[in-house]
Amino acid sequence: MSDMRYVARSTKVAARMVGDEMMIMSGRDSTLFALNGTAAILWEAADGVTPLEDIVTRRICATFDVEPAAAFRDAEELVEQLAGHGLLLLSDGPMVAGAEPDSSC
Amino acid sequence: MTKTVIATTEHVSTAIAIGGVTVRVHASDPVFLQMLEQRYEGFTGDWESSDYEFIIDLVTPGATVSADEGLRVRRDGGLWKLERGDFSAEWDPVSRSGHIRQSANPYSIDSVLRIVHTLILATNGGGFLLHAASAVRNGRAFFFAGVSGAGKTTISRLAPPDVRLLTDEISYVRKEAGGYYAYGTPFAGELAKAGENVKAPLAAVYLLAQGADNRIDDIPRAEAARALLRNVLFFAEDSELVHRVFHATCELVEHVPVRRLTFVPDARVWEFIQ
Repeated sequence: MSDMRYVARSTKVAARMVGDEMMIMSGRDSTLFALNGTAAILWEAADGVTPLEDIVTRRICATFDVEPAAAFRDAEELVEQLAGHGLLLLSDGPMVAGAEPDSSC
Repeated sequence: MTKTVIATTEHVSTAIAIGGVTVRVHASDPVFLQMLEQRYEGFTGDWESSDYEFIIDLVTPGATVSADEGLRVRRDGGLWKLERGDFSAEWDPVSRSGHIRQSANPYSIDSVLRIVHTLILATNGGGFLLHAASAVRNGRAFFFAGVSGAGKTTISRLAPPDVRLLTDEISYVRKEAGGYYAYGTPFAGELAKAGENVKAPLAAVYLLAQGADNRIDDIPRAEAARALLRNVLFFAEDSELVHRVFHATCELVEHVPVRRLTFVPDARVWEFIQ
């Protein structure tokens, strides 16, 4: 059994890079979120099939001078927060497109 | 005013054209229609064609039209349903027709029209209504956005004679071939006066702030988008359309300069708006 975590962008949000911020509008309650450059990299890489650890190693540590263990802890904290707002989905396994549960029912 | 017979009841009607979209409203009470023609002076006419049609069913003043005091705008099957304590409306976007139930007051229809326009703009994409004063100078339009108290009516009152006011409260922008265009609206704030029914290319959006001197400051695009999104009018419980409005607002920020205008409330501020 894998202890990898996978992250996927919710399909129920609208997101757009504006200037140097990733702006995200929640589909749940229209709340607006803004991600800084590091968080935006994680957001864009959250395809549901790449493990979070790989995203941190290949995309964040490769771009910023940051210690991998610390970067991974920060990333885990961030994805938990974003998942709490319904912006990201978390899973122990790869996610297929369209697997998002319909919370409007 | 035009006379028609709808379901054996004789109605009179008038067409209200805002933002290049003509909405014809029918009602059985000619006095009510006259009141609307006065309120929307400059925006009404007897044009043969219209884009949308509404029949207004007038109820006794004070009667509860909807049990829900707060505004709700939702999709029910293929229909849009608009409800507030003082009105209820149903609207079929396919047949482009609907009913409004309200008493003979101008405020309910005013709200319905604003909501209908927000839905039309969101559906068609690229445009929206904004809490902003707007004006045309030298053939170019300027928005002055801000919440209540930011100075929308103040800057409108200070406008010199060569400026054509589009509104002091609710601005209308549409993306068209060639760019973004601002339209005049009859939706007035404290000025209590409809804007001029003209359009002009949108040259800039100013976020209003009152201060010790007059100055214009650039702001980051993300800050501009956040500020505009706070001032966009949209009421529908519909995530797809909310997302369209979000993208339309962000796209405008990418194409139209958005700056902060700090001003002293006197006429010199207009020296900065050319």
